Amino acid sequence: MSKNTVADRFRRVDIDEYDENKFVDEEDGGENQLGPDETEVDSLIRQGNLMGALQAVLKNPPINTKNQNVKDRAEGLVLKVLSSFKANDIEKAVQSLDKTGVDLLMKYIYKGFEKPSDNSSAILLQWHEKALSAGGVGSIVRVLTARKTL
Amino acid sequence: MSLYSFGLEPLSCHAWNKDRTQIAVSPNNNVVHIYQGSQGKEWIKIHELTEHSGRITGIDWAPESNRIVTCASDRNAYVWTLKDGVWKPTLVLVRINRAATCVKWSPLENKFALGSGAKLISVCYFEKENDWWLSKHIKKPINSTVLSLDWHPNNMLLAAGSADLHCRIFSAYIKDIEDRPGPTPWGSKMPFGEVLLEHKECGGWVHSVSFSPSGDTLAWVSHNSAIGVADATQGKEVTQLTTGHLPLLSVLYVCETEIVAAGHDCCPYQFSYKGLGCLEFVKKVDIPKQTSKGNMSAMQHFRNLDKKATIEDEDTGLGCLHQNSITQLCLLEGGKEKVEKFSSVGLDGAMVVWEFKH
Repeated sequence: MSKNTVADRFRRVDIDEYDENKFVDEEDGGENQLGPDETEVDSLIRQGNLMGALQAVLKNPPINTKNQNVKDRAEGLVLKVLSSFKANDIEKAVQSLDKTGVDLLMKYIYKGFEKPSDNSSAILLQWHEKALSAGGVGSIVRVLTARKTL
Repeated sequence: MSLYSFGLEPLSCHAWNKDRTQIAVSPNNNVVHIYQGSQGKEWIKIHELTEHSGRITGIDWAPESNRIVTCASDRNAYVWTLKDGVWKPTLVLVRINRAATCVKWSPLENKFALGSGAKLISVCYFEKENDWWLSKHIKKPINSTVLSLDWHPNNMLLAAGSADLHCRIFSAYIKDIEDRPGPTPWGSKMPFGEVLLEHKECGGWVHSVSFSPSGDTLAWVSHNSAIGVADATQGKEVTQLTTGHLPLLSVLYVCETEIVAAGHDCCPYQFSYKGLGCLEFVKKVDIPKQTSKGNMSAMQHFRNLDKKATIEDEDTGLGCLHQNSITQLCLLEGGKEKVEKFSSVGLDGAMVVWEFKH
């Protein structure tokens, strides 16, 4: 009996992989999604046009692609734009976004929380507060239920 | 608006009899309680239906034929008929190998639909020759648990919301017991199991579906805090509205254009659909409690300090009638075209009757 209880690799087998009726999400072609345009966003930040930079960085979110690099680059870019805002301007920036923009911003904020660095969490929390008052708890629910993640 | 508390246990589901003097509820266990009474007065328990061995997930009471159908997580469904003042159960062979999740009588009450975790819908009808209930299955293309069902007024079409993030309309035409249906805006060829609408991007589990009184539009609520409407008269186009509230769990049409939905936010909301792209939030149906914050006497101050260690008169209740999520809305008075009153039950064990002013 002691020999039987030693082996436990069978416990780590993912049996759902072998289920032929396993639920698979429908795959949309995401090869063309490259994330927000880095050069455009950088130039807008340098010009001081932060509102424009925010609009630009929320374009082309890499939700359908499987390329992790594109996703990481997009997240880094968004974080750069969010950090360059002054605390007092955050509210106005969030007001300028439409419903889908607020939802997308919330997704990026939570993505940013996953990998904290330096002062990022503090800045993200300020943005989170303003985005929450604009989008309500529903926007956070949509971050949690979204099948296609950033 | 009136609230009646049926105890501390959450109420999973409820159904009314034809003249609304009796209500069948299940307090989150395997028993159905039938109470007699009227709104505003006391409800007295008159029957207990105890045939199920699993938690009851759905109850529906057919108004004309006075039959109750119940379904539970024990993979069974029973049809109850009242004989000599006692409710007698009849087992229905639904042939599912997972729990049943929801059940609904068809408008003409000659069949009922049962959703289950077995990724299928069982449409059951009574066969007179052998004196039993038979079932036919709708399996394709459902990929996950069926969470909610609603019948079209023409007794043929069935809408189903499921956990595979899809909302579908099937044909449930059973040729053994009824004539072929005429064409509808949703389609004209309707063999059993035909899919007339399949909406893929509901965004989350579809908790509840509801046809409009005419049957031309279908509304659903999904777990991503959104409400969607598909319009047969506009080429089955879908309009979706994302809300800033917690997800809604139940949706009900109160007239051709107005929709009421309620869920984890513990109070019903009214939405309005006036055409393609025009789905908007109207208002909260609940009137917030008028908390009279008068001047507190010094005695009150010290009493609060002593009892609660705080000077503020904090009311920890929610500012609405239900104190927990609303699980189900049900039409009470007025008929489908113009609902005057509707009822809601929730996880707080309370049943509230709401009045709707058009």
